[in-house]
Amino acid sequence: MTNKFDINNTFDPDDENQSPKVSKEVATKLPTPAKGVDHYLRRTDTDPKAAKRAERQVAAFFGASSLFTLIFVVSFFAIPRETKIAVSLIGVTSAQNIVLGTSFGLAILFIGIGAIHWAKKLMPDVEMVQERKEMKPSDEVQQEALDAFRVGQRKLIRRSLLGALALFPLPFVVMLRDLGPAPKGELRKTAWQEDLHIVTDITYEKIRPEDIPVGNLISAMPENILEIQEEEGNLNERGKSAILLVRMRPEDIKSQQGPDWDYQGIVAYSKICTHVGCPIALYEQRTHHLLCPCHQSTFDLADSGQPIFGPAARRLPQLAITVDEEGYLIARQGFQEPVGPSFWERGA
Amino acid sequence: MANLAKFRRNRFASVLVLFFALGLVSIGFSGVNKLVTPAAAKIGSEETLVDKGSALFAEGCSSCHGLNGQGTSDGPTLAGVGAASVHFQVSTGRMPMAAPGAQVMRKKPSYNEEETLALAAYVATFGPGPAIPSEEQVNEWQNASVSEGGELFRTNCAQCHNFAGSGGALTNGKYAPSLGQATPLQIYEAMITGPQSMPIFSDETLTPESKAAIIRYIQELNKSENPGGMDLGRIGPVTEGLVLWVVGLGVLIIFAVWIGARVR
Repeated sequence: MTNKFDINNTFDPDDENQSPKVSKEVATKLPTPAKGVDHYLRRTDTDPKAAKRAERQVAAFFGASSLFTLIFVVSFFAIPRETKIAVSLIGVTSAQNIVLGTSFGLAILFIGIGAIHWAKKLMPDVEMVQERKEMKPSDEVQQEALDAFRVGQRKLIRRSLLGALALFPLPFVVMLRDLGPAPKGELRKTAWQEDLHIVTDITYEKIRPEDIPVGNLISAMPENILEIQEEEGNLNERGKSAILLVRMRPEDIKSQQGPDWDYQGIVAYSKICTHVGCPIALYEQRTHHLLCPCHQSTFDLADSGQPIFGPAARRLPQLAITVDEEGYLIARQGFQEPVGPSFWERGA
Repeated sequence: MANLAKFRRNRFASVLVLFFALGLVSIGFSGVNKLVTPAAAKIGSEETLVDKGSALFAEGCSSCHGLNGQGTSDGPTLAGVGAASVHFQVSTGRMPMAAPGAQVMRKKPSYNEEETLALAAYVATFGPGPAIPSEEQVNEWQNASVSEGGELFRTNCAQCHNFAGSGGALTNGKYAPSLGQATPLQIYEAMITGPQSMPIFSDETLTPESKAAIIRYIQELNKSENPGGMDLGRIGPVTEGLVLWVVGLGVLIIFAVWIGARVR
C-alpha cells in the first residue's frame, strides 16, 4: 500500500517515494485529518512531471477562456449586426448573436473547467474532519442578550411597538377589496340578443346561409362587437361572445339544445371552452368534433355540443339562429346559459 | 350447304366460330369508337384532357374510388369534390394514398402537373365542385397586407396549424400538417375544398382578398429567419422543454459526474 498516506503517522518530507504536496507546516495548521480513512495519492502527488503537466493543462484552460473573452469583445464591434450566416441545424441566423453567445459561454465554461481541473489534480485533497461547534451560547451570553431586550421599564417603546404590530396586518385585509365587487350579470350574459346579425370575425361581414357550404367553418361575432369594445374599453365582450358557425348535413345532426335551433344545418356554438375558457376552433369537418387545444376537451357539435373527451364537464352553449327578411343570419335569442368556464355562483 | 353442315362437325369449327365472333365484336367496338372520338375531338383540348384524365383515373384511382368515381368501401365518392380538391390532393402527393390510416400524409407527388390537371379535369365531370383557382386569383397574395393576413390567420387557421404554421395534433391520430411546404395555390385550394379534417372556408365567407392576405402571411412565416437560434419546430414549450430537460440537464449531469469522479 505505498499509495496510502496517513498524515499523522507516515508523513516524512525526506522520503522521496512518498512526497505529498502538503508540507509539514501546512499540515499542522489544517484541521485533524480523518482517522481510519484510507487516502490514495494521485499521480500528480507522486510524479512531479504529471503535476507539471496538470499545471500546464489548467493554464491552457484559463488561456482558452481569455481567448474567447477577447473574441467576444472583438466580434461585438467587428461583426455588423445585420450579418447573417447559415448554421446547420439552426438555419439562417444572426452571425453576431451566434459568435457572441458561443464565445461568452465558452469563456465562462473554460474558467469553470480550469478551476475544477486545478482542484482535482493539484490542490490538497487530504480528507479532514472538522468538529462542529455547539450551537447553544453560554449562559452568560444568553443572560446578556435577555438584559438588552428587557423593555419593561421603557413603556413608551413597548406600547408603540405593540401598536405598530397590531396595525401591520391591516393592508392585507384592505387588499381583499380588490377581489370585488362581485360580478352581477356579466358572467351570465353576452352581447347576443334577439335579431342581432351574425358577422364574420375580423372582416365583420353579414353572412348569408347560402354562402356556407357543408363542412364550412366561420369564426363569428355579434354585429355590434366593435362598438361594445369601444364603449367598455376592453376585450371582455369579445372573449364572451365569440361563436363558431358550422354547416353540416341536416341528417347528420343528432340533437340540439333546443328545437330547430339550427338553420338548414347551420349550427352556432360558443367558441369558449367550458373547462377553463380557451377559444376552441379545431373543428374536424368529417366527425363534427371540436377539440380544445389547451387540455384536449372534445365536443360533438352534431350532438348538442356535448363533451365526449377531456376535462370539460359541460356542453358548449348553443346559439339559436335564423335569418332576417333580407336573408342574413341573425340570433333568435341570447345564449340560454352562461358561456365559458364554471364559476362559483353559476349553479349546476 | 351440305358441305357447311358437314363442316359443323369438324374439330376446327368451334375455333373458327370463336375467331369470327371476336372479329365481329372488335369491328363493332372500333366502329362505336369512331362514332364517339371525332365528336369529342371537335370540342378541343379540354375534352382530350378529360380523356387523358379518364385513362389515368382508371389506372390509378378507380380501385378505391370506383370506375366512375362513385366510391367504394375503400374510398369516398368523388362526385362534386371539384377540380381544386383533386389538384390539391394529387399535387401534394396525398393521393394516391400509400396506405389507409388516420391521416394521409404529404409525400412526393406521383403525377406531374399535366397529369394532375388531366385527373382534375376528369373528376370535375362527375359533378359540380370548386374549380382550380386562376393564376391571377392566387398571385393576388403578392399585393396583400401581411398584418391583415396575420389577424385572419390567428382567427381562422392558427387554432390547428399553430401560430407559426407548424401544424398540430387533432384527435385520434389525426393532425393538422405544417404549412412549410404548401404552395400559394395549394393553400388556396385547401381553404376552398377542406381536405380531410379541415373545414371549408368558402370564398363568400372568407373573401378572396382575405385568402390572399392569409397566403401572404404564410409566405412571410415560411421565409422568416431564426435570429434567436434553433427554432425547434416552432411549436413552443413542448420541444423547448424537451431539449432543455434532455440536452441541458444531460450536459449538467455529465459535468457533475466528472467533478465527482476520483482522480488517479
